[in-house]
Amino acid sequence: MTTDTTTKDTAPGAPAPGTTILDARGVTMRFGGLTAVNGVDLTVNSGEIVGLIGPNGAGKTTFFNCLTGLYIPTEGEVRYKGRVLPAKSFKVTAAGIARTFQNIRLFGNMTVLENVLVGRHTRTKEGFWSAVLRGPGFHRAEAASRERATELLEFVGLSAKADHLARNLPYGEQRKLEIARALASEPGLLLLDEPTAGMNPQETRATEELVFAIRDKGIAVLVIEHDMRFIFNLCDRVAVLVQGEKLVEGDSATVQGDERVVAAYLGEPLADDPGAAEAAEVEAAEAAQASSAPDTPESSEADTTTDTAAGKENDR
Amino acid sequence: MTTQTTAPKNTGAPAQGDTSGLIGIPANLGRALATGGGILTVVSTFLAWTWTAEFPGDLTVYGYPGGLQVLVLIAGAVTTLFGLASYGIKGLGWLAPAGADAALKFAALAAFATTWYTIIAISAQLGGVVNLEPGGYIAAAVTLIAFLGALALPFERPEPDPFDPDDTGWDQFKHTSSHNWQTIRAAFASKEPRPVRALPSSIEILIIVAVLALALLVFTYGIGTEYDELFVGFLIVSGFGFTALHRSGLISHATEITARHQNITICGAFIAAACFPFTQSDDQYATLGVYILIFATVALGLNIVVGLAGLLDLGYVAFLGVGAYAASMVSGSPSSPFDLHLPFWAAVLVGAAASLIFGVLIGAPTLRLRGDYLAIVTLGFGEIFRITANNLDGTSGPDVTNGSNGISSIPDLKILGFDLGISHDIGGFTLGRFANYFLLMLIITAVVVLVFRRSGDSRIGRAWVAIREDETAALAMGINGFRVKLIAFAVGASLAGLAGTVQAHVTYTVTPEQYLFAGTTPPNSAFLLAAVVLGGMGTIAGPLIGAALLFLIPNKLQFLDDYQLFAFGLALVLLMRFRPEGLVANRRRKLEFHEEADAPAVLSKTGA
Repeated sequence: MTTDTTTKDTAPGAPAPGTTILDARGVTMRFGGLTAVNGVDLTVNSGEIVGLIGPNGAGKTTFFNCLTGLYIPTEGEVRYKGRVLPAKSFKVTAAGIARTFQNIRLFGNMTVLENVLVGRHTRTKEGFWSAVLRGPGFHRAEAASRERATELLEFVGLSAKADHLARNLPYGEQRKLEIARALASEPGLLLLDEPTAGMNPQETRATEELVFAIRDKGIAVLVIEHDMRFIFNLCDRVAVLVQGEKLVEGDSATVQGDERVVAAYLGEPLADDPGAAEAAEVEAAEAAQASSAPDTPESSEADTTTDTAAGKENDR
Repeated sequence: MTTQTTAPKNTGAPAQGDTSGLIGIPANLGRALATGGGILTVVSTFLAWTWTAEFPGDLTVYGYPGGLQVLVLIAGAVTTLFGLASYGIKGLGWLAPAGADAALKFAALAAFATTWYTIIAISAQLGGVVNLEPGGYIAAAVTLIAFLGALALPFERPEPDPFDPDDTGWDQFKHTSSHNWQTIRAAFASKEPRPVRALPSSIEILIIVAVLALALLVFTYGIGTEYDELFVGFLIVSGFGFTALHRSGLISHATEITARHQNITICGAFIAAACFPFTQSDDQYATLGVYILIFATVALGLNIVVGLAGLLDLGYVAFLGVGAYAASMVSGSPSSPFDLHLPFWAAVLVGAAASLIFGVLIGAPTLRLRGDYLAIVTLGFGEIFRITANNLDGTSGPDVTNGSNGISSIPDLKILGFDLGISHDIGGFTLGRFANYFLLMLIITAVVVLVFRRSGDSRIGRAWVAIREDETAALAMGINGFRVKLIAFAVGASLAGLAGTVQAHVTYTVTPEQYLFAGTTPPNSAFLLAAVVLGGMGTIAGPLIGAALLFLIPNKLQFLDDYQLFAFGLALVLLMRFRPEGLVANRRRKLEFHEEADAPAVLSKTGA
């Protein structure tokens, strides 16, 4: 448990210099009559790893989608470094929030290096004419991008596979590549959506090290995960989301000791809500919203046309 | 389809299972028969095959092969070479880096099919086998022997899957026939070619020159075939011959060498193409050449939109039309509403700019749609353009396009005092009107190739491919999807407009009926898309080859007449079944180092 100790070492230190970089206030997301996320407040300080846990259907990914511009929150606002986030996901990335996806969404027919280079898109300016005319500026920018991308591949340990097609990578390496691609946009805050899903203990361990290394680069991390050992090893603070509402927030010990969290996870229904049915309802309503709502074009069209697995992705 | 994946593995593994040939002749005898048959095939082409010159190509002369006999001669020579190479004769090893057996089978098949096609065509046209000379019978016999001998060559048979005892008779039949099909596939399969030896770059460049010269030769021969039978023979020989070269591993070696010297290859290809008019004695085939080039250039422009950015555009020919109309209106044509005669460079800018504006106007509202919806809307806009051009005739609307009569008598171009409309003598060669336009069009093609290559390998090109692969993820990576797609649309449109400016001058007349969605004459939206898909999406050579084939086949096979579209549809279905990635596979698919990822299941992603 070496990492456990590092957490303890840095945990008291981190929040002190940390200024709030992400500030979500009263974020509410309604799909029709159904409230998937209800008045969630969450802050992330610089240099901090924050965990977001909760049972399936609790609204974690919906909350993520609200943060990254895939959904526009019905109420509340999200500020990043004091500025309200724009409503388009590519603008959010440009502002400095990068994310990975719960079910991996790499560009399968591009090489590993090209995937990371795509991540550099917002940090480079070369347009069409520059590409056609190929002046010295183009070559310089391209070389710099490649160098940076190669560095990132080395950082996540994929430099030997730079020329492979992304879809030929094994599962764990695809997750790493997604992280490298997100890091390429030079974010101040990285959102990881279940980064260890489907990994074996060794791979989970390696991912843990990777997340610490990312934090040590000065990038704040917000992570959704079901693996409790992973979360409690990793995070300075953990927030628990149950049925769209934030139940409790605090350090590992506080959350682990909270009865309501245990109850929520062990399936004892809170108040009068049948949890599972509610979750299914949320999913169904979101799917309906996704196929009908005109104001969320990115997510809705992705669900229906491009990716068969997308529905699960966006609706959790 | 588990058997399909096991078959190639078995062929790669040495000494596993049964290795006998498809038919029961001993392998040594089969090899001797195939090689000897190849030699005899070559000899038989020097005999007379028929007694009358009524069959085109004059196959009646002893000692001088003519017409289809030349094609058989080539196929026979290739068979002989691969036969000798399969004996491991020193100095021929380079011919078959992936093993000569499969190549020998295809070469023998090429000779066999061409000869028998010729024999049957003679008998059918002239009324009976009585019209054959002994030479014809000899040729038929030796090619059959060579082919049977080649079939007897050993190969790694795939392991049959065990029967399920509960199967019904129909299931068993399906099971058996699928295994038989696997066996036949395995019989014609070849091993992985060995890696290319490091050669001095001067020799590699010489190889590239030789390959390009061969390509020019094949293209010139194909375009110059004078009668249907010869073109069919050409298709048979080039189709099977190309497959034979592919199976022998020569093609993959050649691509590897050309990939090392890409710029030289592309420049060389343009020089080879520029040589084409000089190989022609009159303008007859240069006409075909320039039309092919216009078609191919527009297809390459469409490849940016469809192949790179994955936007299915079914109204693309409208951009060609806009460019052509714009150029014709400023060309000084008497039926143009503007009394304006701009120099060529200005007309090109006007044409490209008009297409660009039209592209942005159409793209801005439609690019919010995806996949099939985009396809339908672009199809609609393509038709709207044509109908609008038809109606702006002074009675249904303002007189701009002169309605269905179009803008006619477009004068020939004069560039820097060089009149493209008349013949010029250059170094002993006469270049006619169409040869001049061919060379001009080649410059436009070069521009399109340059734009395609450079934009494809850059930040914007990667963004296009990312959008094609997964739009949501691309947006989350900070790509402004709408903007990037609009750029792709606008670039594609202006490149088509560029080609349109030349097309207006080549055809003298611009009418709305040239810009249909689907028709029998090639530059229409359906054929453009087919050229891209057939040739290979996302490649440069693909649409060029696809367009050349799609133009030449209906043009040369006049006997198809009413069945042209039917034959086209059939060919498209067959190709999509057996080679869904197109004739020229994308570079990205060549990057696959893992044998298990060999399945070409990529089309569904980009196609819609």
